[in-house]
Amino acid sequence: MAAQSGSTGQEAHVTFTRVQKTYDGETLIVRDLNLEIRRGEFLTLLGPSGSGKTTCLMMLAGFETPTSGEIRVGGTVINKVPPHRRNIGMVFQNYALFPHMTVAENLRFPLSVRKLPAADIDAKVKRALAMVRLEAFGNRYPQQLSGGQQQRIALARALVFEPELVLMDEPLGALDKQLREHMQIEIKHLHDSLGITFVFVTHDQGEALTMSDRIAVFDRGEIQQIDSAECLYEEPANAFVAGFIGESNTFQGTLLERNGDACAVRLPSGAVVQARAADVGDVGSSAVVSVRPERIVLNGASAGCENRFSAKVKELIYQGDHVRVQLDLGNQSSLMVKAPISQLSHELRPEQPIEVGIPAAHLRALAPTPSA
Amino acid sequence: MTATTLTASDAAAAPDERTLPLKTRLQRAERRKKLLHLALIAPLAVFLLLTFLWPIGALLKRSVDNPEVVGGLPATAAALAHWNGQGLPPASALAVFVKEMEGARGSTELASAAKRLNTEMTGYRSLIMKTARSLPLPDGSNLQEGLAAIDPRWGETRTWQVMARAGQPYTSYYLLAALDHAVDADGAIVAATEDQAIYLDVLGRTFWMSLVVTLCCLVLGFPLAYLLTSLPTRSSNLLMILVLLPFWTSILVRVASWIVLLQSGGLVNQALQALGLIDEPLQLVFNRLGVYIAMTHILLPFMILPLYSVMKGISPIYLRAAQSLGCPPFQSFWKVYFPQTLPGVFAGSLLVFILSMGYYITPALLGGPQEQMASYFIAFYTNETINWGMAAALSTVLLGATLLLYVVYSRYAGQGRNAAKAR
Repeated sequence: MAAQSGSTGQEAHVTFTRVQKTYDGETLIVRDLNLEIRRGEFLTLLGPSGSGKTTCLMMLAGFETPTSGEIRVGGTVINKVPPHRRNIGMVFQNYALFPHMTVAENLRFPLSVRKLPAADIDAKVKRALAMVRLEAFGNRYPQQLSGGQQQRIALARALVFEPELVLMDEPLGALDKQLREHMQIEIKHLHDSLGITFVFVTHDQGEALTMSDRIAVFDRGEIQQIDSAECLYEEPANAFVAGFIGESNTFQGTLLERNGDACAVRLPSGAVVQARAADVGDVGSSAVVSVRPERIVLNGASAGCENRFSAKVKELIYQGDHVRVQLDLGNQSSLMVKAPISQLSHELRPEQPIEVGIPAAHLRALAPTPSA
Repeated sequence: MTATTLTASDAAAAPDERTLPLKTRLQRAERRKKLLHLALIAPLAVFLLLTFLWPIGALLKRSVDNPEVVGGLPATAAALAHWNGQGLPPASALAVFVKEMEGARGSTELASAAKRLNTEMTGYRSLIMKTARSLPLPDGSNLQEGLAAIDPRWGETRTWQVMARAGQPYTSYYLLAALDHAVDADGAIVAATEDQAIYLDVLGRTFWMSLVVTLCCLVLGFPLAYLLTSLPTRSSNLLMILVLLPFWTSILVRVASWIVLLQSGGLVNQALQALGLIDEPLQLVFNRLGVYIAMTHILLPFMILPLYSVMKGISPIYLRAAQSLGCPPFQSFWKVYFPQTLPGVFAGSLLVFILSMGYYITPALLGGPQEQMASYFIAFYTNETINWGMAAALSTVLLGATLLLYVVYSRYAGQGRNAAKAR
């Protein structure tokens, strides 16, 4: 069900098999990690802080050892290979450019460590600087560069020795919003042109959605879902993913009946809604229904919807390209709707009664997140 | 009504203010603040001037001061200052000398002038005393012949040259002596004779021992400072207290305890003998080894603290980055971490080196005659022979060497800062 980009092959480049990691012997930071990273893909590890995504990356880089389980790169187990023999490029959170070396010396470092001939080194350094369009900056020190330039040099340094796998640990966190968005595109293009495997760690879902072929959503040391950006957003596998990625309206309820993909859920107000069964337990168990705010339709457009409600407009917030409409469904439950300006009739006012429709195809019934 | 008046007066003042250049207005605005700041540091500045700069300046001036002959025979010194140094001084100068000698006979000033002249030329003291006793000359006799009759040395050019030179208010005598040189009778600078040349040796030894102590401190302090930065806060704080513990004990107590530990019947020797590692007690103290051990122990914190403060600021992520780029751990440390600690290495080394250069009590108590450093001789001249000139000259040389080192360091550190700024 994962959407594949053209350059991505199906061959596994990196596999994590039943990997566990604990620092103190009591709590598992990584619980049971089974992950297959395909050769040439851009995989993002996304999750809140403490979800184990960075630990996972550090185990791959060799700075942490798995407590149990196996990590293979290209079919070889690398659990015991020290980091300097792994030939994996890495971009660190604060770039970690060596402050006592110039930009060119920073780029030469991985090549001279590999004892390449001087002429080769010069050529590769030049090519790497050209790749990030900073040819003129070879003689500067890292601190003389702006954040974005440092970021590009860090990227060039991780790529200059031509690794097959590049890891990035929240590399854009220190940049301002505009520059961050620019760099996201730049890194994505670089990935497309080089065709090597990128593993990117972030807690910023916008970043993950923009750049990745696939995204692995981490929570509490486990992968909750691994899929393309579109599938994650439209078809979250569980309540955590639905809540973590994007905005959604969720309601607690009880599963009333189930018929293949379709199901009915009874809400506390007594109303019964038709929904798609994504990840629910048996009939009678509690369930969460979730719908994206932009999938809710208002007024006349709601005529054909399986689920229709009468509501009252509570608040309108103008956002330029859309209006956020807060609706009061009664019984203290409310609903947030994102309505594009073009589809919104002008007469909407607070306290006005309104008809709301939720298509069953976009209302997903999920098992509630275990609280622990 | 009030508001109106205020606005009017403001408007009147404003054009006047505006016509002044911006710089002047800024200075005016800042002046009050500056005066306040000056007033706040004034007590410290005055204190430093009176207790530090002035006494040190006065002491250093002693190294070139030459008051004895000028004090004992002021008119003669003035008359000889105009003499060209060829042949014998003119009769007018001789007359001044004879007259002054008569007047000064038996005075303490003349005695100290004679003593001073004796340091330049052996026998000058008795010459002066004998001449003073034999004066006045018989009436009407030729001054030149009369003096020569008292002692033939008054007929020699050299005798008068020495007096002319010693009669100058300033002299390079002590400074040259501190560098094992002297001015010979002809006024040329020559190396001191072998039995008198000791100070270059002493200075060389001072430098060498300071260097060894600095290196010992660096070798011992660097790993410890690194350990301090890599340990969790709790244990590193405890370790830091242990590092600082020696500061709370008097140096004298620490030196004395080293004697107890290291002497031939001391704990270390007893332990080694009990273990059967040695048959005879090792000579660990009252030689250079003892001085090195004690000085390294005393000065170690001065190395560790600057190193620690620099290392604390170096992120361990650089080591990871180096390894991820394919560099083995030890090489990563050497190529990436160590160069970044250099400012701390230099600061600590400079501190320890400069402190060791002035060490007195530790070598004096724990060393033999061959371990005494420059400070020992300074103390010797001030306390025992009351030769302020030599004490001041040795201090000047030591201070000069230290300042030179500091200039070298600050140039390096300045470059480092500039590079850091440029970054």
